[in-house]
Amino acid sequence: MSFEQLLQYALSGITNGSIYAIVAIGFNIIYNTTGIINFAQGEFLMLGGMTAISLSSFMPLPLAILAAVVITSFAGALIDFLFIRRLKSPSVLGMVIVTVGLSIVIREIALHIWDEKVRSLPYFTGNEISSINIMGAFISPQVLWVIGVSSVIVVFLGVFFKFTLTGRSMRACASNITAARLCGINARNMVTISFMLSAGIGALAGCVVSPITQTQYDCGTSLAIKGFTVAILGGLGNSTGAVVGGIVIGLLEAFSISVLPLAYKDAVAIAILLIILFVRPSGLLGKKEAAGLKEF
Amino acid sequence: MAMKKYSPVLALVICVIILQAIASLAGREYYLTQLTMSAYYCLVILGLTVLMGYTGQISLGHAAFFAMGGYTTAVMTTRNLIEMQGSAAVDLAVRLGLTVTEKNAYGVEILHLSPWVSLVTAVCLTAAVAFFIGIPILKLKGHYLAMATLGFGIIIYRIVLGSRIFGEADGISDIPQFALAGGLAVSGDPALRVQNYYIAAVLVVAGVVLLMNLVDSRVGRALRSIHGSEEAANAMGVNVARYKLLVFVLSAVFACIAGVFLTHFNGGVGPSEADVMKSVSYLAIVAVGGMANLWGALVMGILLNYLSLRGYFGSYDEFVFGSILIVIMLFFPNGLLKMENFRWLSDAAARVINSYRARGGEGKDGLS
Amino acid sequence: MGFLELKNMSRSFGGLRAVDDVSFEVAKHQIKAVIGPNGAGKTTLFNLITGSLVCDSGEARINDVPIQNLPPHRIARRGISRTFQNIKLFSHMTVVENVMVGRHIRSRAGFLPAMLRLPGARREERAIRERSLEILSVMGIAELADQDATSLPFGTQRIVEIARALATEPELLLLDEPAAGLNIYETARVSEMITKIRERGVTVLVIEHDMSLIMNISDEIVVLSSGKKIAEGVPADIQKNEEVIRVYLGEDDA
Repeated sequence: MSFEQLLQYALSGITNGSIYAIVAIGFNIIYNTTGIINFAQGEFLMLGGMTAISLSSFMPLPLAILAAVVITSFAGALIDFLFIRRLKSPSVLGMVIVTVGLSIVIREIALHIWDEKVRSLPYFTGNEISSINIMGAFISPQVLWVIGVSSVIVVFLGVFFKFTLTGRSMRACASNITAARLCGINARNMVTISFMLSAGIGALAGCVVSPITQTQYDCGTSLAIKGFTVAILGGLGNSTGAVVGGIVIGLLEAFSISVLPLAYKDAVAIAILLIILFVRPSGLLGKKEAAGLKEF
Repeated sequence: MAMKKYSPVLALVICVIILQAIASLAGREYYLTQLTMSAYYCLVILGLTVLMGYTGQISLGHAAFFAMGGYTTAVMTTRNLIEMQGSAAVDLAVRLGLTVTEKNAYGVEILHLSPWVSLVTAVCLTAAVAFFIGIPILKLKGHYLAMATLGFGIIIYRIVLGSRIFGEADGISDIPQFALAGGLAVSGDPALRVQNYYIAAVLVVAGVVLLMNLVDSRVGRALRSIHGSEEAANAMGVNVARYKLLVFVLSAVFACIAGVFLTHFNGGVGPSEADVMKSVSYLAIVAVGGMANLWGALVMGILLNYLSLRGYFGSYDEFVFGSILIVIMLFFPNGLLKMENFRWLSDAAARVINSYRARGGEGKDGLS
Repeated sequence: MGFLELKNMSRSFGGLRAVDDVSFEVAKHQIKAVIGPNGAGKTTLFNLITGSLVCDSGEARINDVPIQNLPPHRIARRGISRTFQNIKLFSHMTVVENVMVGRHIRSRAGFLPAMLRLPGARREERAIRERSLEILSVMGIAELADQDATSLPFGTQRIVEIARALATEPELLLLDEPAAGLNIYETARVSEMITKIRERGVTVLVIEHDMSLIMNISDEIVVLSSGKKIAEGVPADIQKNEEVIRVYLGEDDA
């Protein structure tokens, strides 16, 4: 493999990896405040992408994306209001079942709104054929958008959780919900905010990848399972881990294509997921003790 | 005691016969086709009920085991061995009676492996896969277990969809009939509709009786104790890991057998059988049936599969199953067919009986 | 030589030494109590003996056979049974079914015989039920046999849990705070029950905070504090032990 090819694969791996990392962070946000793994996480990306595509036909692209992010955030809040809040004494099994149900319902609603057609947003800059030469590897400018937006999201979340009152309250809920309540934090609202935040960044990610991977009503599931793989690899709830994990999975997947048939691409990520779960469920960067302490 | 315990079985048998009688008398025997298919799906659901409802171990990958059964028998029985006649292995198989010779629809002579061979192979293969995948998977709990089984299901789906030998997106068709014994055969031939309906019914009745016995036994109590508290079950001497593994294998075998029979009944198998959505619909039916309730799962399994197969849900099929999951978990976490949901019914009945008794009592008073 | 021997058992969680180099023996047919302030490592010690936790170092022997670090279900087969501090009855199962799970190690039917209801399995099933009902009537709760176990009052649940543990026919019974949350009448009943269990030839190791109960029934007492054994002896000596008084009442009051 020449250096240029290597770079080409690596860049495509990092692109996909940064999207997986965003999905994983979406998982983490909700997991940290509720202990729920939201199986409908991938659907947020699909919803964001689809909404932006529809809106972009009668408003400028940046506005359409902004509107899609807002709308999807509200969809996230709605999910919390309508379903998650109503779960009485939820068991883990119950929460898995509800979010799996939600993912199917959202997907089917999308199917009836947008049909089966594969759509995509226009390239943010340039078009399908424009490319940038980076040390011999040719990449689409959209790739830079993906990596850029992902980095911005990560930095934004870092600042949000560290320096804002809401962000800190959410972290307080994550580490000890009873203590957080005693300090006057409205834990219920934190859950709603976590769903909104998670849906919103999911939607944004769904918009930036749309030109490259295209958007279809059922594209959420495979993104979700890869995002989960990344979340597990990085240690559930650990956002730095998610970034590292995302890039690792993205790279492995990209290079696997040069060895395995394309049809098995998804299977590679999942096989990695299974291996991690079997060998070290707390993830590469997760603390073993922490994983053990959370009651499952 | 025994009579009371098996009376639902008797009721089931009577229902089976009545349904067939109605369909035949009304000249609508084609309804039996979907009932037969629903019955096979119910085998999967019954096995999953024991795994999930009674033992408390979620699986989002059971369609994979069904597909393993279906595809194993499809691959093994559609291979025409006629050109390979003369090779030692094929001749030995023929001499041992492991093959079937017949003419296909175009009158071409075909020699293929007996479905009995593929059934046994499929069961052994599925049991082995479930066993080896189960060892690491069942150590996981909650979300991790759900994701791992989901992942396993997707891998099988991808393999089925991406492999030439499994026919990729087209699946495998022209699967020969499965001649059982005494002239009975599992086949989609409209002339054999009634007997196929009964073959499926017998399998389901057998399945439900076996699992009923299991649930109400030493092993069944061990399984239910795992659901209650793994730690306490362990402290009582229950080998939790072993029982989880065995019940996982058992439920996988149920799914596999269903896959083999339904594949011969349909005469074909496609990748949609391995789809994750299938696994989710099985899960939905177990949930709506009341989780730890074999009869609830059976009734709901027949009903929902039948409606789905007859196309009553139209293009909202998956939507229906997804909504079921949500609605059941939000409003009926103990299942729809639980007594408490019918309290108004029993209350009404009690009121009627009481008023009747009261009147009867007056009558007696009058006599004395 | 004791029936149960613990030698230098230790277990830490992160930096915390929950059980620190604890050794003692329990003689056959003895009632021995483990006491200590909250967080002294009593339940951790129980979890080490029953195999729920793996010990970092040390040895546990029963009848001179090492049992440390065997899986819990194997240890149960060696004749050790237990109850839990926060009652762990099996939900969605009746009282008698809960006790019947206790008969698990005393019966053998596997998947196939159970599914086919083979004659052997049916005979065994009858025997399990009879024996379990018998245990329930000995404990005086026979009339609750068909009630849902986890919907019973707290005190009754404790008794069902003891019944379940006894159904395994243990040689050694570990009771983790059997009187916690009980009123004085129920406590008296539990105390009577523990003496009765010993009379039937079972050795009892009990964790308890109720001092009057402990002083009444136990032959010997082990005192743990911060994971370490600080005293061991007959109740009268323990009551006078200055170290124990200091731990319980604090430095200044001693």
